[in-house]
Amino acid sequence: MEVTDVVCPLCGCVCDDVVVEVEDNKVTKVKGACAVGKSKLMGHGRITSPAIRENGVLKDCSYDEAIKRAAEILAAARRPLMYGWSSTVCEASKVGIELAEEIGAVIDNTASVCHGPSVLAIQDVGLPSCTLGEVKNRADLVIYWGANPAAAHGNHMKRYSYISKGYFLPEGKKEKKLAVVDVRETKSAKLADVFIRIEPGKDYLVLSALRALLLGYDDVVPEEVGGVSKKDLLELVQMMKETKFGIIFFGMGVTHSRGRHNNIVNAIQVTRAAHKHTKFNIMPMRGHYNVNGFNQVCTWETGFPFSVDLSEGYAWYNPGETSSTDLLMRGECDAALFIATDPGAHFPGESIRHLSKIPVIQIDPYANPTTEFADVVIPAAISGIEAEGTVYRMDNIPLRLRKMIETEYMTDEAIMKGILKETRLLTLSRRL
Amino acid sequence: MGIEVKLINGRTVAQGSNLENKLSEEYFNAAAICELNGSDMEKLGVAVDEHVKVKTNAGEVVVKAKKDGGNPEGVAFMPMGPWANAVVSGNTHGAGMPQFKGMDAEIEKTGEAVLPVKELLQGYMK
Repeated sequence: MEVTDVVCPLCGCVCDDVVVEVEDNKVTKVKGACAVGKSKLMGHGRITSPAIRENGVLKDCSYDEAIKRAAEILAAARRPLMYGWSSTVCEASKVGIELAEEIGAVIDNTASVCHGPSVLAIQDVGLPSCTLGEVKNRADLVIYWGANPAAAHGNHMKRYSYISKGYFLPEGKKEKKLAVVDVRETKSAKLADVFIRIEPGKDYLVLSALRALLLGYDDVVPEEVGGVSKKDLLELVQMMKETKFGIIFFGMGVTHSRGRHNNIVNAIQVTRAAHKHTKFNIMPMRGHYNVNGFNQVCTWETGFPFSVDLSEGYAWYNPGETSSTDLLMRGECDAALFIATDPGAHFPGESIRHLSKIPVIQIDPYANPTTEFADVVIPAAISGIEAEGTVYRMDNIPLRLRKMIETEYMTDEAIMKGILKETRLLTLSRRL
Repeated sequence: MGIEVKLINGRTVAQGSNLENKLSEEYFNAAAICELNGSDMEKLGVAVDEHVKVKTNAGEVVVKAKKDGGNPEGVAFMPMGPWANAVVSGNTHGAGMPQFKGMDAEIEKTGEAVLPVKELLQGYMK
C-alpha cells in the first residue's frame, strides 16, 4: 500500500510530502525523504518489553508494572526532573506538564541543549520572521549562519530555500543567492555563492560589524573582524541591501558557542538593521521535529517555554538555574524521567554522573545510551509511524503526524496518562 | 607531541541516520571519530583511522582520526554523541547551555583503544 503526504518525524523541517510503501504492516520503501529521515522511517531495532532494573540487571515486566514503578519513583521524589519531549507529539507533552504540576517537577526539553539560547533571545528582542512557505516563494537571498542543512536538515534547501522553485522565483536557484557563514567549510558552504569563514567563538563580533555596516557606520569597522576581512563583509552587506526578500537561518553554531543567547540577540538586530534597506527575516533551524511544539505547549500551559520549575506551586523560569544540565551538575534532582530523548548520548559527560546515583525512568521506542543507567524502561510507539499527533515545524506551523502502522506498543500519550493516574493515586493517599 | 585546537561538536548525516540506532556498530563508526585538517594530522603523525586522544578541562576520550579538508588548521570536529560529550564541560556559565562548540582542547596520537558506547557509559557509573 502506498501512503502519500506522509509527515516525516525526524527534523524541524517536518517535510509533509513523503511517500511511503507499507506491506505486511512494515515500511518497505520511502520516497522523498532525506537520508536521515529515510533511515528513521525504514526503522531500527526496538526495545521489546517494558523492564525494571533489579540488582543491576533490567528484567522484563508488564506495562502495568513498569508504569506503577515509574509512578512510585516520581511520587516519592522531592526534586524530580522530567526532560525530553522533542521527538514526541504535543498531546504527550500536555499530559507531561500536568504530571509535572502534580509532583512539583522541573520540566525541560531538548531546547536546553540546542536552541534554548534562541528562545531566550526571542523573549528579549522578538523575532522578525516568516513561514517557510514565504521563504520558498519569495526569498532571493538565503544566509545559513552556523548551520549545515546538508547534514542536519537534508531537504531544507530543496523544499524551502535555495534550491526550491517558488511562486515569485520560478527559476529556482538561478534567481537566488546563497551565503554561508561558518567556522568550517561544510557541505552547505561548498554550495554557496559566498562563504564567509569566521574564527570559532567570534560570531558576536562579526554580527556587530555587519550591523554597523548595514546602519552606515563603515568607519567604525576595522579591516578585519573575527577572521573576516572588511571587504568580504561589505560584499555580504551589499547582497543584503540588494535583495528583495532575505532570510538568515541560524543553527547551533551560534547557540552552542561563546556568547550563547547574546549572539542571537545580535543576529536579530542585524536583521532589524537590514530593514533599513529591504525586507529581511530570521529563523532558528530547530533540530528535532517537535522541539518547537513542546515550547508552544509549555508556554500556553505554564507561561514559559522550557526549563520550568513547578516545585513551589507556581511556574518559575530561570535557565542557568532551572535547566537540566545545571540541575544535574549541582546534583540536585533525586529522580528523572526521560521521554523521547537520550541524555546518555547528548548531555555533557560529567553531568551524567549524577544520573547513575538516582532512579531514572526512560520512555523511548529505542534502546540507547540512556538505557544503560535507566531503572525503569518503557517502550513506546513511534510517533509519526505508529501514532498520530500534532507537531510544530521550525516556523511555528502545526502539522499532524500520521499513523501508518498498527502496533501493540503504547503511545507516549497513553504511557504518560498511565503514569499520571498512578501517581495521583499515590499522592492523593499521601494527602489523606 | 600534541596540538592545541578549538573543538566543535555537530551533526553529520551518518550520525543522524543512526540516532535511533546508537548501540550499533554503524553509530560507533559514525560518532566515535574526530575530523582534522590534513596538516594537523601530519603534525600529529596520525593516519586516517588511527587513534587520537582528545583532552579538555572536563575529561578525555579516545576516538578514530578522520580527515576533513573543510576544517581550517587548529579546528577539530566531532559528531554529536557520547564520545564528543565525554570532553564537554557541564558548566553553562549561567546560560543553561553547555559550550559544545569552540572548546579549548588538546589532541595527541595514542595507542589506546576506542571504548564502545556501553563501556564509555560504565565509566560514569563508578
